[in-house]
Amino acid sequence: MEIQLVSPSPHVHAKASVSAIMGDVCIALLPAVAVSVLFYGWAELLVLGVSAVSCVALEWVIARFLMKKKGAFCGPAALVTGLLLAMNLPVTTPWWVVLTGAVFAIGVAKMSFGGLGQNIFNPAIAARVFLLISFPAYMTDWTVTPGFIHSTDAVSGATLLGKVAEGGAAAVAGTDYLRTLFLNIGGSAGEISTAALLLGFVYLLCRKVVKPWITLSVFATVALVSGVFWLIDPAQYTDPLFNLLTGGVVLGACFMATDYVTSPMSNGGGVIYGIGIGFIVMMIRYFGSYPEGMSFAILIMNMAVPLLNRKFHQRKYGRK
Amino acid sequence: MSKKITFAIGGIHPADSKFASHRPIEVLPLPPVMYVSMAQHLGAPAKPTVAVGDKVKTGQVIAEPGGFISAFVHSPASGTVKSIGPRKDLAGNDMTHIEIAVEGDEWAEGIDLSDTLVTQIPEDRLEILKKIQNCGVVGLGGATFPTHVKLNPAPGSIAECLIINGAECEPFLTSDCRIMLERPREIIVGAAIMQKVLGGCRCVIGIEENKPEAIRAMSEALAELGYAGIGISVLKKKYPQGGEKQLISAVMGREVASGGLPISVGAVVQNVATALAVYDAVQKNRPLLTNTLTVTGDCIPEDRMHNYLFRIGMPLSYIAEQAGGVPENAAKIVSGGPMMGKAVANLDACTVKGSSSILYLSAKATKRKAAQNCIRCGRCADACPMGLEPFLLNRLYKAGDVDGLEKNAAQDCIECGCCLYSCPAHIPLLDSIRMAKGQVMGVIRARAAAAKAAAEAAKVEEKK
Repeated sequence: MEIQLVSPSPHVHAKASVSAIMGDVCIALLPAVAVSVLFYGWAELLVLGVSAVSCVALEWVIARFLMKKKGAFCGPAALVTGLLLAMNLPVTTPWWVVLTGAVFAIGVAKMSFGGLGQNIFNPAIAARVFLLISFPAYMTDWTVTPGFIHSTDAVSGATLLGKVAEGGAAAVAGTDYLRTLFLNIGGSAGEISTAALLLGFVYLLCRKVVKPWITLSVFATVALVSGVFWLIDPAQYTDPLFNLLTGGVVLGACFMATDYVTSPMSNGGGVIYGIGIGFIVMMIRYFGSYPEGMSFAILIMNMAVPLLNRKFHQRKYGRK
Repeated sequence: MSKKITFAIGGIHPADSKFASHRPIEVLPLPPVMYVSMAQHLGAPAKPTVAVGDKVKTGQVIAEPGGFISAFVHSPASGTVKSIGPRKDLAGNDMTHIEIAVEGDEWAEGIDLSDTLVTQIPEDRLEILKKIQNCGVVGLGGATFPTHVKLNPAPGSIAECLIINGAECEPFLTSDCRIMLERPREIIVGAAIMQKVLGGCRCVIGIEENKPEAIRAMSEALAELGYAGIGISVLKKKYPQGGEKQLISAVMGREVASGGLPISVGAVVQNVATALAVYDAVQKNRPLLTNTLTVTGDCIPEDRMHNYLFRIGMPLSYIAEQAGGVPENAAKIVSGGPMMGKAVANLDACTVKGSSSILYLSAKATKRKAAQNCIRCGRCADACPMGLEPFLLNRLYKAGDVDGLEKNAAQDCIECGCCLYSCPAHIPLLDSIRMAKGQVMGVIRARAAAAKAAAEAAKVEEKK
């Protein structure tokens, strides 16, 4: 009898894989992606397509020909970056700007640090911020293209947060929050439907892909900080619900702040990380020169992750 | 039934795959030749007390303890000692074995072979301990630590709770389940004996919820026998519940400090199979020659799975033969469970007191995938029942940072395999941590030796 395998224990595996986890994240993004295509039409499909295809292709090319490392390419992981990048861009972004973003996300922010699992910054957000600084005109053009469902002509207008930056809380008085929760035309694809994003996030929680602590601590901090300011001066500062439902808070807190690689490993560290993001985003919204600050907040807190990992550890058995 | 309990930190939920749990225990016939290893237990190997050519009877002592932590070994059959010399064990290492040509099954004097239940427990604590020692009883939960040593805590330490481990949390294994179903009364008497030895502390029998029939059988036996201070706790199904430290956390809500012994928190943990061996030893004067073993796996049909009552010294190949041979598609043979068992390199190796299974695993179930980059998902840390951070220990090990490994408690690893099992990137975490643990233990031992030498040197200096 030929015994083929002799190796140390354990002899079985949970059968979990990186590809399956990243595939779950892609599935979780589907509701929001579907909503964006329905409402922004062919133009949105182009942005999504260019971003997704170029991210995956770039990762494959770099892994295969530059890094020459087996296992450096993970298709579903690159697809997550591609989808997230697209959801962070205005629908009118020219294809070559999207492509530039993909090159920055995969080439600079991810692969130059060593690829999967090695990057310090969330690639999609790093690319969005890179584009925002490099092409401010394209990145703040909130013209809405005709979608498959709402077929009005292209309209141009400021986002809700843009209006607030111009004229304070009074500028958005009377916003219908229930409508904002489900359908918020104006802004990037990832801002259309908070409900669709939350649906995807619930899927991730059910599949135990992510834990809720980072996301909840971002939400709680945004609500708390804006609540304090709103109570002080409701005419100047927007209320907590407005701040949770608009802009990139939900997309960022559910899908980008929870990125394994660039968030703390421990629950304690995650909560501090979330508080940091929530606080910074509110400071930028209220006092910064940009109307929205979710991307900056996440990038800044990405830098704190190594320190948080050093400080926060799991409770060990039988040790104080 | 009271609330289901479990341990506080980490743990995983592998499919339990207890396919063989409904197969009654069958007695294996004796093979023509048996090889009895001198390393049947943790600690020093035993020293043979017979010579080549001697006639031996079943249950006769053939080797004596080789140190304080060691145990007697008895002949598993009657016959002639053919040879005494090195033979390869499971892992392929040489160990002294006594070869016995089997000529029958004539038992030595004074051993009660009847099935009558003896419930009258001897009064004298030392007499009980002596019997347990003379019968070569060792812990059958995996570590095979000599039982008489564990039941005799150092002066000053008090046992508050005897925990009888019926968790059997390893997937596939069903031998503990079967003995709880078939010999519950003997196990309970065994528990009562140990309880008495420990000075009458309370006793909790912990059984995982996935064995409802065993729970029922044990509860009925307990009600029938009516010993005071013994209870049954139902444990949630979670691996590694049967780990000593985890079981103490589940049952007592206490945690043993790093490097400490269970008795430091008042706990003594013994397996159900050990309780049975204690019963046989004390009440029947039967030495530990037999144990139950499961032949199972993911690549054999259920009608070829068995629970066998085996004797020590039976070649694994003989048992495999009896069960219909090694299946074609078995890629790996494991002795023990799939999480902590040892891969068998040598099927000619023989059973020892602690043998618990012959597990056949298919390539699909057991073949490791190529490792990818760590994506820092933290699943290993969530799974670790000791609260360690395997991803970090892996990196520290790769970096050669022994200080860092010690600070992050690599030495606390119980090698349960939860980290490697959970890792979606298939990183061989436990492989690294085992090596790291060895390095850290080496440093700790060297430090202790240096401190001792320094203290002695100081003493000598003082005398001058």
